[in-house]
Amino acid sequence: MAAELHVELVAADRSVWSGEATLVIARTTSGDIGVMPGHQPLLGVLESGPVTIRTSEGGTVVAAVHGGFISFADNKLSLLAEIAELADEIDPQRAERALERAKAESDAAAERRAEVRLRAVAVR
Amino acid sequence: MGAQLRVYKRRIKSVTATKKITKAMEMIAASRIVKAQRKVAASTPYATELTRAVTAVATGSNTNHPLTTETDNPTRAAVLLITSDRGLAGGYSSNAIKAADQLADRLRGEGKEVDTYIVGRKGVAYYGFRERKVAESWTGFTDSPSYADAKRVSAPLIEAVTTETAQGGVDELHIVFTEFVSMMTQTPVANRMLPLSLDEAAAESGTKGEILPLFDFEPSAEDVLDALLPRYVESRVYNALLQAAASEHAARRRAMKSATDNAGDLINSLSRLANAARQAEITQEISEIVGGASALADATAGSDK
Repeated sequence: MAAELHVELVAADRSVWSGEATLVIARTTSGDIGVMPGHQPLLGVLESGPVTIRTSEGGTVVAAVHGGFISFADNKLSLLAEIAELADEIDPQRAERALERAKAESDAAAERRAEVRLRAVAVR
Repeated sequence: MGAQLRVYKRRIKSVTATKKITKAMEMIAASRIVKAQRKVAASTPYATELTRAVTAVATGSNTNHPLTTETDNPTRAAVLLITSDRGLAGGYSSNAIKAADQLADRLRGEGKEVDTYIVGRKGVAYYGFRERKVAESWTGFTDSPSYADAKRVSAPLIEAVTTETAQGGVDELHIVFTEFVSMMTQTPVANRMLPLSLDEAAAESGTKGEILPLFDFEPSAEDVLDALLPRYVESRVYNALLQAAASEHAARRRAMKSATDNAGDLINSLSRLANAARQAEITQEISEIVGGASALADATAGSDK
Protein backbone atom coordinates (compact mmCIF):
# COMPACT_ATOMS: atom_id res chain seq x y z
CA MET A 1 0.00 0.00 0.00
CA ALA A 2 1.29 3.38 -0.91
CA ALA A 3 1.99 5.88 1.85
CA GLU A 4 -0.92 8.12 2.68
CA LEU A 5 -1.54 11.46 4.24
CA HIS A 6 -4.66 12.65 5.96
CA VAL A 7 -6.33 15.68 4.38
CA GLU A 8 -8.78 18.07 6.01
CA LEU A 9 -10.29 20.69 3.74
CA VAL A 10 -12.18 23.13 5.94
CA ALA A 11 -14.03 26.32 5.12
CA ALA A 12 -14.86 28.95 7.72
CA ASP A 13 -18.33 27.61 8.36
CA ARG A 14 -18.07 23.89 7.57
CA SER A 15 -15.77 20.98 6.93
CA VAL A 16 -15.74 20.45 3.17
CA TRP A 17 -13.80 17.23 2.65
CA SER A 18 -11.63 14.93 4.68
CA GLY A 19 -9.95 11.65 3.89
CA GLU A 20 -6.76 9.89 2.91
CA ALA A 21 -4.75 11.00 -0.08
CA THR A 22 -1.47 10.28 -1.81
CA LEU A 23 -0.88 13.68 -3.37
CA VAL A 24 -2.25 17.19 -2.90
CA ILE A 25 -1.53 19.99 -5.34
CA ALA A 26 -2.32 23.56 -4.31
CA ARG A 27 -1.33 27.01 -5.47
CA THR A 28 0.59 29.11 -2.97
CA THR A 29 1.60 32.73 -3.45
CA SER A 30 5.01 31.58 -4.70
CA GLY A 31 3.77 28.93 -7.09
CA ASP A 32 2.14 25.53 -7.27
CA ILE A 33 3.15 23.07 -4.61
CA GLY A 34 2.65 19.32 -4.49
CA VAL A 35 2.59 17.64 -1.11
CA MET A 36 3.17 13.91 -0.76
CA PRO A 37 3.34 11.79 2.39
CA GLY A 38 6.41 12.51 4.48
CA HIS A 39 6.79 16.08 3.26
CA GLN A 40 8.59 18.38 5.65
CA PRO A 41 6.33 20.49 7.91
CA LEU A 42 4.98 23.32 5.81
CA LEU A 43 2.84 26.38 6.31
CA GLY A 44 1.95 28.42 3.29
CA VAL A 45 -0.41 31.09 2.04
CA LEU A 46 -2.75 29.93 -0.72
CA GLU A 47 -3.79 31.82 -3.78
CA SER A 48 -7.30 31.52 -5.12
CA GLY A 49 -7.29 28.52 -7.35
CA PRO A 50 -8.23 24.90 -7.77
CA VAL A 51 -6.80 22.36 -5.33
CA THR A 52 -6.33 18.82 -6.57
CA ILE A 53 -6.41 15.94 -4.14
CA ARG A 54 -5.45 12.46 -5.40
CA THR A 55 -7.21 10.10 -3.04
CA SER A 56 -5.74 6.77 -2.00
CA GLU A 57 -8.55 4.95 -3.85
CA GLY A 58 -7.16 6.42 -7.06
CA GLY A 59 -9.86 9.02 -7.49
CA THR A 60 -9.35 12.74 -7.80
CA VAL A 61 -11.10 15.43 -5.81
CA VAL A 62 -10.96 18.97 -7.11
CA ALA A 63 -12.02 21.94 -5.04
CA ALA A 64 -12.16 25.65 -5.69
CA VAL A 65 -10.42 27.43 -2.84
CA HIS A 66 -10.61 31.17 -2.39
CA GLY A 67 -7.60 32.29 -0.39
CA GLY A 68 -6.48 30.60 2.78
CA PHE A 69 -3.67 28.48 4.10
CA ILE A 70 -2.05 25.13 3.69
CA SER A 71 -0.41 23.50 6.66
CA PHE A 72 1.25 20.12 6.80
CA ALA A 73 2.72 18.34 9.82
CA ASP A 74 2.86 14.74 11.07
CA ASN A 75 1.40 13.44 7.82
CA LYS A 76 -1.70 15.57 8.37
CA LEU A 77 -2.52 18.22 5.83
CA SER A 78 -5.01 21.00 6.52
CA LEU A 79 -6.32 23.29 3.88
CA LEU A 80 -8.00 26.30 5.47
CA ALA A 81 -10.08 28.60 3.34
CA GLU A 82 -12.71 31.22 3.94
CA ILE A 83 -14.67 29.77 1.06
CA ALA A 84 -14.07 26.32 -0.41
CA GLU A 85 -16.29 24.30 -2.71
CA LEU A 86 -15.86 20.90 -4.26
CA ALA A 87 -15.98 20.91 -8.05
CA ASP A 88 -19.02 18.60 -7.85
CA GLU A 89 -20.89 21.24 -5.89
CA ILE A 90 -20.26 23.96 -8.43
CA ASP A 91 -22.89 24.74 -10.99
CA PRO A 92 -20.94 25.76 -14.12
CA GLN A 93 -23.85 27.66 -15.62
CA ARG A 94 -24.29 29.65 -12.47
CA ALA A 95 -20.56 30.39 -12.27
CA GLU A 96 -20.66 31.47 -15.93
CA ARG A 97 -23.52 33.83 -15.21
CA ALA A 98 -21.74 35.15 -12.10
CA LEU A 99 -18.63 35.77 -14.20
CA GLU A 100 -20.54 37.77 -16.76
CA ARG A 101 -22.31 39.77 -14.09
CA ALA A 102 -19.03 40.44 -12.29
CA LYS A 103 -17.44 41.60 -15.56
CA ALA A 104 -20.39 43.89 -16.26
CA GLU A 105 -20.16 45.39 -12.79
CA SER A 106 -16.34 45.32 -12.90
CA ASP A 107 -16.30 43.60 -9.51
CA ALA A 108 -12.77 42.18 -9.51
CA ALA A 109 -13.20 39.95 -6.45
CA ALA A 110 -16.40 38.35 -7.74
CA GLU A 111 -14.84 37.91 -11.17
CA ARG A 112 -11.87 36.05 -9.69
CA ARG A 113 -14.15 33.85 -7.60
CA ALA A 114 -16.18 32.90 -10.65
CA GLU A 115 -13.04 32.21 -12.68
CA VAL A 116 -11.61 29.94 -10.00
CA ARG A 117 -14.88 28.02 -9.88
CA LEU A 118 -14.88 27.54 -13.64
CA ARG A 119 -11.25 26.43 -13.62
CA ALA A 120 -12.00 23.89 -10.91
CA VAL A 121 -14.85 22.51 -12.98
CA ALA A 122 -12.64 22.38 -16.07
CA VAL A 123 -9.94 20.39 -14.23
CA ARG A 124 -12.52 17.87 -13.12
CA MET B 1 -72.79 38.83 35.16
CA GLY B 2 -71.47 41.09 37.92
CA ALA B 3 -68.96 43.83 37.23
CA GLN B 4 -66.22 42.17 39.27
CA LEU B 5 -66.61 38.83 37.54
CA ARG B 6 -66.51 40.51 34.13
CA VAL B 7 -63.22 42.23 35.02
CA TYR B 8 -61.67 38.90 36.06
CA LYS B 9 -62.89 37.14 32.92
CA ARG B 10 -61.39 39.87 30.74
CA ARG B 11 -58.01 39.64 32.50
CA ILE B 12 -57.94 35.87 32.20
CA LYS B 13 -58.57 36.19 28.48
CA SER B 14 -55.75 38.68 27.97
CA VAL B 15 -53.27 36.67 30.08
CA THR B 16 -54.16 33.52 28.11
CA ALA B 17 -53.38 35.33 24.86
CA THR B 18 -50.03 36.51 26.27
CA LYS B 19 -49.25 33.00 27.43
CA LYS B 20 -49.83 31.65 23.94
CA ILE B 21 -47.41 34.18 22.50
CA THR B 22 -44.66 33.57 25.06
CA LYS B 23 -45.08 29.81 24.64
CA ALA B 24 -44.63 30.17 20.87
CA MET B 25 -41.54 32.35 21.34
CA GLU B 26 -40.11 29.82 23.77
CA MET B 27 -40.46 27.02 21.25
CA ILE B 28 -39.01 29.08 18.41
CA ALA B 29 -36.01 30.02 20.56
CA ALA B 30 -35.53 26.38 21.59
CA SER B 31 -35.37 25.23 17.98
CA ARG B 32 -32.97 28.05 17.09
CA ILE B 33 -30.54 27.17 19.89
CA VAL B 34 -29.96 23.79 18.27
CA LYS B 35 -29.36 25.42 14.90
CA ALA B 36 -26.96 27.97 16.42
CA GLN B 37 -25.09 25.25 18.29
CA ARG B 38 -24.71 23.29 15.09
CA LYS B 39 -23.18 26.36 13.44
CA VAL B 40 -20.75 26.78 16.33
CA ALA B 41 -19.73 23.14 15.94
CA ALA B 42 -19.32 23.52 12.17
CA SER B 43 -17.02 26.51 12.57
CA THR B 44 -14.83 24.84 15.20
CA PRO B 45 -12.46 22.86 12.88
CA TYR B 46 -11.49 26.02 11.01
CA ALA B 47 -10.94 27.99 14.22
CA THR B 48 -8.88 25.20 15.80
CA GLU B 49 -6.67 24.71 12.74
CA LEU B 50 -6.18 28.44 12.37
CA THR B 51 -5.22 28.90 16.02
CA ARG B 52 -2.79 26.00 15.68
CA ALA B 53 -1.22 27.61 12.64
CA VAL B 54 -0.94 31.00 14.34
CA THR B 55 0.65 29.43 17.40
CA ALA B 56 3.04 27.50 15.18
CA VAL B 57 4.21 30.59 13.32
CA ALA B 58 4.44 32.77 16.39
CA THR B 59 6.46 30.24 18.38
CA GLY B 60 8.39 28.70 15.50
CA SER B 61 9.81 31.90 14.14
CA ASN B 62 11.61 34.82 15.67
CA THR B 63 9.51 37.37 13.88
CA ASN B 64 8.51 40.46 15.80
CA HIS B 65 5.13 41.07 14.34
CA PRO B 66 3.24 44.05 15.79
CA LEU B 67 0.22 41.82 16.32
CA THR B 68 1.98 39.32 18.56
CA THR B 69 4.28 41.56 20.57
CA GLU B 70 2.99 43.71 23.39
CA THR B 71 3.74 47.40 23.28
CA ASP B 72 5.63 48.67 26.32
CA ASN B 73 3.18 51.42 26.92
CA PRO B 74 -0.27 50.77 25.51
CA THR B 75 -2.38 53.92 25.38
CA ARG B 76 -5.45 52.97 23.36
CA ALA B 77 -7.63 49.89 23.33
CA ALA B 78 -10.56 48.85 21.18
CA VAL B 79 -13.47 46.98 22.74
CA LEU B 80 -15.91 45.02 20.61
CA LEU B 81 -19.20 44.45 22.42
CA ILE B 82 -21.67 41.90 21.14
CA THR B 83 -25.31 42.33 22.17
CA SER B 84 -28.63 41.34 20.61
CA ASP B 85 -30.88 43.14 18.16
CA ARG B 86 -34.09 42.26 19.94
CA GLY B 87 -35.18 42.30 23.56
CA LEU B 88 -37.31 39.79 25.48
CA ALA B 89 -34.21 37.79 26.34
CA GLY B 90 -34.00 38.48 30.06
CA GLY B 91 -30.72 40.02 31.18
CA TYR B 92 -28.81 38.84 28.11
CA SER B 93 -27.87 42.22 26.61
CA SER B 94 -27.57 44.13 29.88
CA ASN B 95 -25.20 41.52 31.29
CA ALA B 96 -22.92 41.83 28.26
CA ILE B 97 -23.08 45.62 28.46
CA LYS B 98 -22.22 45.48 32.18
CA ALA B 99 -19.19 43.29 31.44
CA ALA B 100 -18.06 45.76 28.77
CA ASP B 101 -18.48 48.66 31.21
CA GLN B 102 -16.33 46.89 33.78
CA LEU B 103 -13.67 46.16 31.20
CA ALA B 104 -13.70 49.78 29.98
CA ASP B 105 -13.37 51.04 33.57
CA ARG B 106 -10.45 48.73 34.16
CA LEU B 107 -8.74 49.81 30.93
CA ARG B 108 -9.27 53.47 31.77
CA GLY B 109 -7.83 52.81 35.23
CA GLU B 110 -4.71 51.52 33.47
CA GLY B 111 -4.52 54.81 31.62
CA LYS B 112 -5.80 53.66 28.24
CA GLU B 113 -8.30 55.33 26.02
CA VAL B 114 -11.17 53.08 25.00
CA ASP B 115 -12.76 52.92 21.56
CA THR B 116 -16.05 51.05 21.57
CA TYR B 117 -17.36 48.99 18.67
CA ILE B 118 -20.85 47.56 19.05
CA VAL B 119 -22.81 44.74 17.44
CA GLY B 120 -26.56 44.65 18.09
CA ARG B 121 -29.32 47.20 18.39
CA LYS B 122 -29.60 46.89 22.19
CA GLY B 123 -26.01 47.93 22.79
CA VAL B 124 -26.30 50.78 20.30
CA ALA B 125 -29.46 52.02 22.03
CA TYR B 126 -27.78 51.84 25.46
CA TYR B 127 -24.77 53.85 24.34
CA GLY B 128 -26.89 56.23 22.28
CA PHE B 129 -29.17 57.01 25.24
CA ARG B 130 -26.18 57.83 27.44
CA GLU B 131 -24.58 59.80 24.61
CA ARG B 132 -21.37 57.81 24.78
CA LYS B 133 -19.05 57.73 21.82
CA VAL B 134 -19.21 54.66 19.62
CA ALA B 135 -16.47 54.13 17.04
CA GLU B 136 -18.61 51.91 14.82
CA SER B 137 -21.68 49.74 15.11
CA TRP B 138 -23.45 46.97 13.21
CA THR B 139 -27.00 45.72 13.53
CA GLY B 140 -29.36 43.27 11.88
CA PHE B 141 -27.60 39.90 11.98
CA THR B 142 -27.29 38.83 15.61
CA ASP B 143 -29.93 36.10 15.16
CA SER B 144 -27.87 34.07 12.72
CA PRO B 145 -24.54 35.67 11.84
CA SER B 146 -22.70 34.59 8.68
CA TYR B 147 -18.97 34.60 8.02
CA ALA B 148 -19.44 37.65 5.77
CA ASP B 149 -20.87 39.52 8.78
CA ALA B 150 -17.83 38.58 10.83
CA LYS B 151 -15.59 39.86 8.03
CA ARG B 152 -17.50 43.13 7.94
CA VAL B 153 -17.12 43.58 11.69
CA SER B 154 -13.44 42.62 11.72
CA ALA B 155 -12.33 44.91 8.88
CA PRO B 156 -12.26 48.20 10.84
CA LEU B 157 -10.86 46.41 13.90
CA ILE B 158 -7.94 44.98 11.94
CA GLU B 159 -7.37 48.38 10.38
CA ALA B 160 -7.34 50.05 13.79
CA VAL B 161 -4.84 47.53 15.13
CA THR B 162 -2.49 47.84 12.18
CA THR B 163 -2.55 51.66 12.27
CA GLU B 164 0.05 53.43 14.39
CA THR B 165 -1.36 54.55 17.74
CA ALA B 166 -0.37 58.16 17.12
CA GLN B 167 -2.52 58.15 13.99
CA GLY B 168 -5.64 56.91 15.71
CA GLY B 169 -4.83 53.23 15.85
CA VAL B 170 -5.11 51.01 18.90
CA ASP B 171 -2.63 48.85 20.81
CA GLU B 172 -5.03 46.28 22.14
CA LEU B 173 -8.17 44.58 20.96
CA HIS B 174 -10.71 43.21 23.43
CA ILE B 175 -13.92 41.38 22.75
CA VAL B 176 -16.93 41.11 25.07
CA PHE B 177 -19.55 38.49 24.28
CA THR B 178 -21.76 35.95 25.99
CA GLU B 179 -20.21 32.52 26.09
CA PHE B 180 -22.54 29.58 25.58
CA VAL B 181 -21.65 27.23 28.43
CA SER B 182 -24.79 25.11 28.40
CA MET B 183 -28.52 25.40 27.80
CA MET B 184 -28.93 26.83 31.29
CA THR B 185 -25.73 28.82 31.70
CA GLN B 186 -24.42 31.62 29.53
CA THR B 187 -21.75 33.87 30.94
CA PRO B 188 -20.56 37.20 29.58
CA VAL B 189 -16.81 37.09 29.05
CA ALA B 190 -14.21 39.73 28.20
CA ASN B 191 -11.20 38.42 26.29
CA ARG B 192 -8.14 40.11 24.92
CA MET B 193 -7.82 39.11 21.30
CA LEU B 194 -4.69 41.05 20.35
CA PRO B 195 -1.83 41.21 21.03
CA LEU B 196 -1.99 37.48 20.97
CA SER B 197 -1.19 35.65 24.15
CA LEU B 198 0.20 32.34 23.00
CA ASP B 199 -0.61 30.36 26.13
CA GLU B 200 -4.28 31.21 25.85
CA ALA B 201 -4.37 30.53 22.15
CA ALA B 202 -2.78 27.14 22.71
CA ALA B 203 -5.16 26.31 25.54
CA GLU B 204 -8.11 27.17 23.34
CA SER B 205 -7.16 24.96 20.46
CA GLY B 206 -6.36 22.16 22.91
CA THR B 207 -2.76 21.98 21.80
CA LYS B 208 -1.20 23.09 25.06
CA GLY B 209 1.99 21.24 25.80
CA GLU B 210 2.13 19.83 22.31
CA ILE B 211 5.48 20.36 20.66
CA LEU B 212 4.94 21.93 17.30
CA PRO B 213 7.17 20.87 14.43
CA LEU B 214 9.56 23.25 12.75
CA PHE B 215 7.60 24.54 9.83
CA ASP B 216 8.88 25.50 6.46
CA PHE B 217 7.17 28.79 5.66
CA GLU B 218 5.94 29.60 2.21
CA PRO B 219 6.79 32.33 1.15
CA SER B 220 8.19 33.57 4.52
CA ALA B 221 7.24 33.59 8.18
CA GLU B 222 6.40 37.31 8.15
CA ASP B 223 4.19 36.99 5.09
CA VAL B 224 2.40 33.98 6.52
CA LEU B 225 1.79 35.79 9.80
CA ASP B 226 0.64 38.88 7.92
CA ALA B 227 -1.92 36.79 6.08
CA LEU B 228 -2.87 34.68 9.09
CA LEU B 229 -3.65 37.30 11.69
CA PRO B 230 -6.55 39.05 9.94
CA ARG B 231 -8.06 35.59 9.31
CA TYR B 232 -7.47 34.76 12.96
CA VAL B 233 -9.31 37.88 14.10
CA GLU B 234 -12.16 37.16 11.69
CA SER B 235 -12.50 33.60 12.87
CA ARG B 236 -12.45 34.66 16.52
CA VAL B 237 -15.09 37.32 15.85
CA TYR B 238 -17.16 34.77 13.91
CA ASN B 239 -16.94 32.28 16.75
CA ALA B 240 -17.92 34.99 19.26
CA LEU B 241 -20.88 36.03 17.10
CA LEU B 242 -22.09 32.44 16.82
CA GLN B 243 -21.74 31.77 20.53
CA ALA B 244 -23.50 35.04 21.29
CA ALA B 245 -26.34 34.03 18.96
CA ALA B 246 -26.70 30.66 20.69
CA SER B 247 -26.63 32.39 24.08
CA GLU B 248 -29.21 34.92 22.96
CA HIS B 249 -31.63 32.18 21.94
CA ALA B 250 -30.99 30.27 25.15
CA ALA B 251 -31.55 33.40 27.23
CA ARG B 252 -34.72 34.16 25.32
CA ARG B 253 -35.99 30.63 25.75
CA ARG B 254 -35.44 30.83 29.49
CA ALA B 255 -37.05 34.27 29.76
CA MET B 256 -40.05 33.12 27.73
CA LYS B 257 -40.35 29.91 29.75
CA SER B 258 -40.58 31.83 33.01
CA ALA B 259 -43.02 34.27 31.37
CA THR B 260 -45.19 31.32 30.31
CA ASP B 261 -45.00 29.82 33.80
CA ASN B 262 -45.90 33.15 35.38
CA ALA B 263 -48.82 33.57 32.99
CA GLY B 264 -50.03 30.08 34.00
CA ASP B 265 -49.83 30.98 37.70
CA LEU B 266 -51.63 34.25 37.04
CA ILE B 267 -54.41 32.46 35.17
CA ASN B 268 -54.77 30.03 38.09
CA SER B 269 -55.07 32.69 40.74
CA LEU B 270 -57.33 34.82 38.54
CA SER B 271 -59.70 31.95 37.91
CA ARG B 272 -59.82 31.27 41.68
CA LEU B 273 -60.75 34.91 42.22
CA ALA B 274 -63.29 34.73 39.42
CA ASN B 275 -64.84 31.62 40.98
CA ALA B 276 -64.98 33.34 44.38
CA ALA B 277 -66.58 36.37 42.76
CA ARG B 278 -69.16 34.16 41.04
CA GLN B 279 -69.92 32.38 44.30
CA ALA B 280 -70.25 35.69 46.11
CA GLU B 281 -72.58 36.89 43.40
CA ILE B 282 -74.77 33.79 43.71
CA THR B 283 -74.79 34.04 47.50
CA GLN B 284 -75.80 37.63 47.26
CA GLU B 285 -78.57 36.81 44.81
CA ILE B 286 -79.89 34.05 47.10
CA SER B 287 -79.81 36.26 50.15
CA GLU B 288 -81.54 39.00 48.16
CA ILE B 289 -84.27 36.57 47.08
CA VAL B 290 -84.65 35.16 50.59
CA GLY B 291 -84.65 38.64 52.06
CA GLY B 292 -87.19 39.83 49.48
CA ALA B 293 -89.42 36.79 50.07
CA SER B 294 -89.37 37.19 53.85
CA ALA B 295 -90.03 40.91 53.53
CA LEU B 296 -92.96 40.09 51.27
CA ALA B 297 -94.13 37.43 53.72
CA ASP B 298 -93.86 39.89 56.58
CA ALA B 299 -95.79 42.50 54.61
CA THR B 300 -98.64 40.11 53.65
CA ALA B 301 -98.71 38.76 57.20
CA GLY B 302 -99.15 42.31 58.40
CA SER B 303 -101.99 43.13 55.95
CA ASP B 304 -103.86 39.96 56.93
CA LYS B 305 -104.46 41.20 60.39
